[in-house]
Amino acid sequence: MTAMTPAGDFRTSYRADMSLFATRNTRLAVIAGVALLALLPLPSVARQYLENGGSLAQSYDDFLALFDIGRYGLGLLIQIGFLGVAALGLNILVGFTGQISIGHAAFFGVGAFSSAWLHEHGIPVLLCIPLAGLMTTVVGIVFGLPAARLKGLYLAIATLAAQFIIEDFFARAQWFTGGVAGRGTEPPALLGFSFDREETYFYVVLVAVVLMFVAAANLMRTRDGRALIAVRDHYLSAEMMGINLAYYRTLSFGIASFYAGIGGALYAHYLQFVSVEAFNIGFSIQFLGMVIIGGLGSISGSLMGAAFMVLLPEVVQLGADAIAGGPVDQALKLGANISFLRDMVVGAVIILFLVFEPDGLAHRWRLIKAYWKLYPYSH
Amino acid sequence: MDWNLLLPLLLNGFIVGALYGVVAMSFVLIYKASQVVNFAQGEFLLVGAWVCWYFLTEWQLPFWAGFLFTMVFMTLFGIILQVVVLRPLIGEPVISVIMATIGLGIFFQALMKWIFGVFARPFPPIFAAERVDLLGLQVQPVYLLSLAISVVIMGAFAWFFTASKHGLAMRATAFDQQVAQSLGISVPKVFAMSWAISALVSSVAGVVVGVVNGVSSALSFYGIKVFPAVILGGLDSVVGAVLGGIIVGVLENLAQYVDAEWLHIGNLYAIAPFYALILILLIKPYGLFGTKNIERV
Repeated sequence: MTAMTPAGDFRTSYRADMSLFATRNTRLAVIAGVALLALLPLPSVARQYLENGGSLAQSYDDFLALFDIGRYGLGLLIQIGFLGVAALGLNILVGFTGQISIGHAAFFGVGAFSSAWLHEHGIPVLLCIPLAGLMTTVVGIVFGLPAARLKGLYLAIATLAAQFIIEDFFARAQWFTGGVAGRGTEPPALLGFSFDREETYFYVVLVAVVLMFVAAANLMRTRDGRALIAVRDHYLSAEMMGINLAYYRTLSFGIASFYAGIGGALYAHYLQFVSVEAFNIGFSIQFLGMVIIGGLGSISGSLMGAAFMVLLPEVVQLGADAIAGGPVDQALKLGANISFLRDMVVGAVIILFLVFEPDGLAHRWRLIKAYWKLYPYSH
Repeated sequence: MDWNLLLPLLLNGFIVGALYGVVAMSFVLIYKASQVVNFAQGEFLLVGAWVCWYFLTEWQLPFWAGFLFTMVFMTLFGIILQVVVLRPLIGEPVISVIMATIGLGIFFQALMKWIFGVFARPFPPIFAAERVDLLGLQVQPVYLLSLAISVVIMGAFAWFFTASKHGLAMRATAFDQQVAQSLGISVPKVFAMSWAISALVSSVAGVVVGVVNGVSSALSFYGIKVFPAVILGGLDSVVGAVLGGIIVGVLENLAQYVDAEWLHIGNLYAIAPFYALILILLIKPYGLFGTKNIERV
């Protein structure tokens, strides 16, 4: 990463070296990007206003339609948001601390059910979401205690067991999850305004994503963040330098669970229904896939990986629609088997990334940026 | 105590446990030889069982021929997987290799569902007798066959690793790759061989389970049940894998018994091995027979 800093950026002080953004322009670009994202739901809102008898000319509507990504598009962005938050948590655990977890979806589920359960006890939703994060942290630390002793493969297997134990708990604990029937919940509301549609809920997720990602980026600049990376790179050396291994491994597990809980809570109040079966091992593997595809140990990569995982099925669906009715389609019975094709593509993509692009999308993105920065004199 | 319930459960546990032991053994084989943790072990069972089912029902082959073809197919399947997917990942961190095998698992599970559908399909009947009398217990002959096959496979493993040249080469590779290489053992060949044997042996287990319960994607769950077994026995111990498998099988059925007699919470059967797994990891992470990994800087 350091090789890619722009010319003239010498980082002459610790302060400059530790800054969140390399240059002022990067900071402005990120802020502008978030602001642009915040504008996305507006065309949809405006067009609905027009349909409900607002008085604007037809040409305005055509103009707005250009920028309108629709409810479906916003829904996809919302999914990318909450999955991205949870994937970031997993990336802190796997990519920054080097601890493998195959039970992330279970913690995501704990967050979803906690938030719905808390809301049923009369706590406003916007408060439920962070509280659900804390509840998940507690659960995560309970399961993270073995993590303090284990690493690598053994930890992976322990979290696999945690996945099944928590899933079993969901099916049993009727008071908490609603049992087989699942648990319904409500969208968040603030001062009587309800964030019950994609256009409004988008902002809840956007705020959460920005907060959580800035928090993670800042965490990695502190002593604790550097300690996590030291544990990953060489845990024996880290221990000799006075880093308490058990503490930091458990801490990392707790942070990962907190992020999973927040993501799960956002998921719960978006769908307004949480089902017991949703948080299976396949979902956990998807989270791992996001982290690997996005890039291990990259904060922005977590979001890219989530976006990739959410958009991949859409692309597969588009491809299947394009050849629908053709001979290939009839031979393979694509229409009925599209979900299997999607799973196969996910599996294949994970393997292809591991073989050909082990540093993930974040690395590719840096290469693309460097290419244009140096264009046309790349040497 | 209800002996009429407990005894069949224990016997069932022993037979299923022997199958777990076989699958665990083939898991340990890959781990020992190439240090790869195979999360797609269950898919070996699945693919093997479906392929055999296909030979028997679509091609109408007799059982022995279908079985033989399946074994040939799975041997090639294991070699191809190792060469195409796992070989490029040699030297990558643990997580990458684990994820690659998980990816393989997803891929083949979806592929099998696509080709053969999501519903369980029964094998054509192999035995005429419905039940056999064994020490006063009514047992399906398929179960006896499965136990016999498990014992034969275990015996074959024992012979392979102590007496055959390839088995010794494999043990040497597992012990120290560089030394093995300098003695003229082709390490890539050993890796490919370990995958081939593992796929083959797992598919035998898959066929046996398929004959008993019908073939469905539930078979791949055996790949996950392997983890309690191998952790209990020690990740790199073949004997431990067999013992661990049997213990897990019996433990499952004991949990079923305890649940049915006293606790009545339901489904304890499926989840008990995972509680045991966490306990073992906390108390004795290297298992009963595993080598303790001592790290020096």
